[in-house]
Amino acid sequence: MNLYEYMGKEIFKKYGIPVPGGYVIDNVNELKKYEEPVAIKSQILSGKRGKAGGIKFAKNNDELINYSKELLSSKINNLTVNKLLIERMINIKKEIYLSITLDRSSKEPIIIMSSEGGMDIESVPEDKIHKIYIDPLIGYSDYIAREALAYLSVENKKQFSSLLRSLYIAFVNEDAMLMEINPLIIDNDNNIIAGDSKVIIDDNSLFRHDEYKIKDTDKTELENEAANKSFTFIEMGGNIGVIANGAGLTMATLDALTLHKLKPRNFLDLGGTDDIEIVEDAFSFVLKAKPEIIFVNIFGGVTKADTVANGIVSSKNKFNIKQNIIVRLSGIHEEEGRKILLNNGIKAFPDMNDAIKAISKIYEVN
Amino acid sequence: MVIINKNTNVIVQGITGHQGAFHSGEMIKFGTKVVAGVSPGKGNTEINHVKVFNTVSETLDYEPYASMISVPAPYVKDAALEAIDNGIKLIYILTEHVPVHDTMEIAHQARRKNVMLIGPNSPGITVVNESKIGIMPNHIFKKGNVAIASRSGTLTYEIVKAVTDSGFGETTVVGLGGDPIIGTTFSDIIKIYNEDEQTKQIVLVGEIGGGEEEKAAAYIKKYVKKPVVGYITGRSAPPGKRMGHAGAIIEKGVGTAESKINAFKDAGIKVADYPDDIPGLLQKL
Repeated sequence: MNLYEYMGKEIFKKYGIPVPGGYVIDNVNELKKYEEPVAIKSQILSGKRGKAGGIKFAKNNDELINYSKELLSSKINNLTVNKLLIERMINIKKEIYLSITLDRSSKEPIIIMSSEGGMDIESVPEDKIHKIYIDPLIGYSDYIAREALAYLSVENKKQFSSLLRSLYIAFVNEDAMLMEINPLIIDNDNNIIAGDSKVIIDDNSLFRHDEYKIKDTDKTELENEAANKSFTFIEMGGNIGVIANGAGLTMATLDALTLHKLKPRNFLDLGGTDDIEIVEDAFSFVLKAKPEIIFVNIFGGVTKADTVANGIVSSKNKFNIKQNIIVRLSGIHEEEGRKILLNNGIKAFPDMNDAIKAISKIYEVN
Repeated sequence: MVIINKNTNVIVQGITGHQGAFHSGEMIKFGTKVVAGVSPGKGNTEINHVKVFNTVSETLDYEPYASMISVPAPYVKDAALEAIDNGIKLIYILTEHVPVHDTMEIAHQARRKNVMLIGPNSPGITVVNESKIGIMPNHIFKKGNVAIASRSGTLTYEIVKAVTDSGFGETTVVGLGGDPIIGTTFSDIIKIYNEDEQTKQIVLVGEIGGGEEEKAAAYIKKYVKKPVVGYITGRSAPPGKRMGHAGAIIEKGVGTAESKINAFKDAGIKVADYPDDIPGLLQKL
């Protein structure tokens, strides 16, 4: 789960990583009286916030109020701004990039740093990026900071070492997948301060982190609702509702539709099920997304095809579904399953591409 | 032998759970030597005629080589460390939603002790006519010459069934797991398949996220003479979204389907557009 900048900075603070003084508002009435120049930062989960106009600088009280009014409930990069972080301005001598993330290939945490801070790390050339891998069973040791400092030129070495240690401890203790500080600011007095935060917490660790059990801000309402029912449901731009079983087969279904120039409305993984009610739940979500056609693609491995067929028929009746339902049903008990569907006026195919061609045909006719 | 065979002694940690009970029964039907089960607090019971113990150490009289771990995600790390500490040489983790920091520690401890780790979030491993550890349906396999490795479950069953129905049949099928960090990866499995004499051709079913397909492709280009067919899911996936599997995500431009398909093609791997196309790309030998 992606955290907003202010949430990431709260974690930093907890672990003793310096952040600029500031406060969060979701309403202009909560603004404190202007005392010194501040940055007004829209709290949205999107890169290039500054370029899109999501960050303003106020040099007096009127500017503070006017810019805050302007930003609150505005749309930046298509995302609604519900919260602002008001932060003391920092004088910047140097900007550094620093992050810890998971390296999938070496299966361990990796510290990534660059003296070219402040810009997207993807746009920094490889030779300007330094990486240090950490064995998770051994963890952090002070030589890691010495190695980092041999690469980065930082005057306040003591503060940097303690910051890096804190960041690693935070990364492990909070079950993070990413903790990024970009820029890490060095001010005119050589103080090191986290100018921004990008933190991703592992969804699978939430059982031991009650504090993050909040609505995932990165998901749409429907996606959050489905997550509570333990479905993976992802909204896409198109018009064909999709129910499939297994994440791989569901992705393959979306890909196949797209290759046929059809546009999926959603990703929905039914999971391994032998329960008619779960099929009904899946239909109830797909219907909420208002698709024009519903495509069900099932391979019966552990899941029995006839059970799913019965679930489709009962959903059709229960929700009075008017849309065309096209089904591809294969695997265990497939013939029984297709028979159940055909008897109830639902088109069923053994082959995925034949089913998709049937969908294409419906669009050609109309 | 490819990873496991008829004589491989297997224990199941979490055998009294819903999944553990059902799938250990299916494994026994397949011919797997399930020698004991482990469920803390359920010792001295029996399930599917298999004795259940409280600890892995109590099963050591049965000389277990492999363990299937099917316990809830919060307990997976503990179960895996217990298995490694007791000298188990092959650990397969079925469980989905294991915290990735736990997986990192399991993977590193396995590496230190020379333990092969498959998963987490994997359907397991099947060596046709020999042994199955995991949850793949028994009815889809037929002995043949194709080895398959994949990051998914149901899609793998579908492809295995298609390979069976088209007359080829399989030697070994391994589900590597859908998580961002997994034990055995494509580049590990490709070496095993390349050395296996019974395997004449290889199918790799990858998906968006990470760079393991690219790594395997580089290895294939250099060392593998056997024909390889590839398929990648997630071409239509929007960046930054986790597509059902925790590992299926395009992050900062890394892990796109395009990059993987290009790497496959560059290595001379025939790439299928649809899963149904895979049997047609296999060679009649």
